[in-house]
Amino acid sequence: MSNIAIRVENLGKRYRMGQYVGSGAQYKTLRESLTNAVSAPLRRLRRNSQSEIRHPKSSSFLWALKDISFEVRHGEVLGIIGRNGAGKSTLLKILTRITEPSEGRAVLSGRVNSLLEVGTGFHPELTGRENVRLSGAILGMTGKEIDRKFDEIVDFSGVEEYIDTPVKRYSSGMRVRLGFAVAAHLEPEILLIDEVLAVGDAEFQKKCLGKMGDVASEGRTVLLVSHNMASIVNICQRAILLDNGNMVTDGQAAEVVQHYLATARSAGGEVVWPDPAQAPGNDIVRLHAVRILQDGIDGSTAGVDISKEVLIQIEYWNLQEGAHLYPAIWLDDQMGTPVLSSSNATSVSLTEDPWYGHAHPLGLFQSLCRIPGNFLNEGRYTVAAILGKLPSETFVLEREIISFDVHDTGEMRKEYYGGWRGVVRPRLAWNTKRIGSVVRGIKDEN
Amino acid sequence: MEQEVQENRLLNDIEGLSQSNAVPTTIIQPSRGLLSLKLGELWQYRELLYFLTWRDVKIRYKQAVLGFLWAFIQPFLKMVVFSVVFGGLAKIDSEGFPYPIFLYAGLLPWQFFADAVNRSGQSIVAEANLITKVYFPRLIMPVASVGAALVDFAISFGILIAMMFYYQIIPGVSILMVLPLVSLTILCVLGVGVFVSALNTAYRDFRYALPFLVQIWMYVTPVIYPVTIIPENWRWLMALNPMSGIVDGYRSAILGKPFDWPHLGISLGITTIMFLTGLAYFRKTERYFADIV
Repeated sequence: MSNIAIRVENLGKRYRMGQYVGSGAQYKTLRESLTNAVSAPLRRLRRNSQSEIRHPKSSSFLWALKDISFEVRHGEVLGIIGRNGAGKSTLLKILTRITEPSEGRAVLSGRVNSLLEVGTGFHPELTGRENVRLSGAILGMTGKEIDRKFDEIVDFSGVEEYIDTPVKRYSSGMRVRLGFAVAAHLEPEILLIDEVLAVGDAEFQKKCLGKMGDVASEGRTVLLVSHNMASIVNICQRAILLDNGNMVTDGQAAEVVQHYLATARSAGGEVVWPDPAQAPGNDIVRLHAVRILQDGIDGSTAGVDISKEVLIQIEYWNLQEGAHLYPAIWLDDQMGTPVLSSSNATSVSLTEDPWYGHAHPLGLFQSLCRIPGNFLNEGRYTVAAILGKLPSETFVLEREIISFDVHDTGEMRKEYYGGWRGVVRPRLAWNTKRIGSVVRGIKDEN
Repeated sequence: MEQEVQENRLLNDIEGLSQSNAVPTTIIQPSRGLLSLKLGELWQYRELLYFLTWRDVKIRYKQAVLGFLWAFIQPFLKMVVFSVVFGGLAKIDSEGFPYPIFLYAGLLPWQFFADAVNRSGQSIVAEANLITKVYFPRLIMPVASVGAALVDFAISFGILIAMMFYYQIIPGVSILMVLPLVSLTILCVLGVGVFVSALNTAYRDFRYALPFLVQIWMYVTPVIYPVTIIPENWRWLMALNPMSGIVDGYRSAILGKPFDWPHLGISLGITTIMFLTGLAYFRKTERYFADIV
């Protein structure tokens, strides 16, 4: 057995244009193909998905991944980072065999398990017991293995009492716990993981992190794709940075993360999709623009003053008459640590949003979220824009869609010049009183 | 190309060994040219196939008050309605047998065919979430749907037995032909179902055409009428539809009328061609499923 667990050689993946952009419009319709077949009779014979992907015109496709080569030793924990669309997920999907590469090859030696979501294959109508078996089988456990570990899995999940209840009656937390319990009992030699750490409550995330640490220390090979820089630095020895489908850096995790933070995130204070057809979203809602604004600055800005309100403006098209839409944001710091999440729901918003809970007519809408001044810390924050329909359907979730830097103007720098510890830096009320005289004896003995 | 096939074979061998103590090795690379059908891989994942079939059966009747009874009620009602309309009112010829049993002997394989094709046709699209989240041989999905439909098929045999008692039809030796006929039906259903599941994934609006096509298919198959209704010189055209030979074969096996061997032979040939074509088309498109589904 060689020392190399994963060897990737010149791996590349291309998509046809229009296949990769956005969701929704990826598959062809018969009508499209028929029209094409009629209008281009010469190409007709070659007109099927294979010949088209194999002999595409160079202008009509997009490389999601290109010339990726690296090796992972047995027992090594490798992080993969990069901004949205950099090719991280594509790489993982190729290594998990979910999708095929267009060129190059990868060789994995050892039993491979992948975890791209928690609760893979769960069916709401089935009971917890049935779902453990099903999910286990889908993730690659044998029936015997599942039988052997069943009690342990249920124990770990902490949902024993409800194990014979259909999963649709579970709370989302219970479902996640059960799903993770199954995943945690896989015994792969190579584990490929995507962002599963991003789900669940803080306690659950901690449990996942602990389990991941265990897996790593047991000498398993782990490949982890994550937006959370803190977990990359904590768990991985090594990391590779992808940008635009290319490999930028390969090195010690902390250094690669530093490099990423210093260079990868572009700033402009504004993202706009002029063409609705290309914008993230679906038939109901599509994103039009996200901007960072601040009073006293003309137009959008990528740098804001720590002492003033930061305004996050989201514009979106409502494409379905009468949809009850809601916008929301997530704010993460530069290590990927979640700072806050907020929406215009009446119970969440400081001031009541007149459109919340109301049927939206067709049109372009603009929502504004105000984050108070003297609240965020210095440094870079990234915004995720979320659009959904009430009660709880999410149509758009664009992470790291925009970022901005919070600069200290010196207001809080009069007494102290070091970095402030903490994700936020609100100004809190302090008051000190003298509440008594010196205790007899202390002063005397000195 | 030669080398590619060899490599695939080698890969299968390596994967086969993983059951013993050798290190399982996965080689990922773009597949080109003729693919092996990778049936060995399917065998390795047989447990998953079983679980998914079991899940499909379970879910199908989970929320229904009458549960599994539906598997009896549906074909029974269909038989009654068709008997009244086509046998009672339209007085369609039934080759001398009571119309209901004549009809049911043909409805039995047809119902299975229609049901399984509809279900496996939707299988890949319906499981888009799974397809994009974990790897397993994609072929398992439509095959599991056919497996689930097979359970209903088995149940509907119960009605047949009851009807045979009712009409006092004593089966002859020909009844033994039911077994090879069932295998042939499964082969035909797999070919069409697997093909349609891939087509439905590549061309999403195919799902609107599918129920309609299955409906038309039924009328060109001698389900509600006997083959003899078709003029002799047009029979060859009918034989091109493998289900016509199969349906007629069930009638011969169950009712004891003579077999039309040439017709059945053509059905076997066409079914085999359809099965291989369907499988090949599926293998060719499956590598893009996760990208287009």
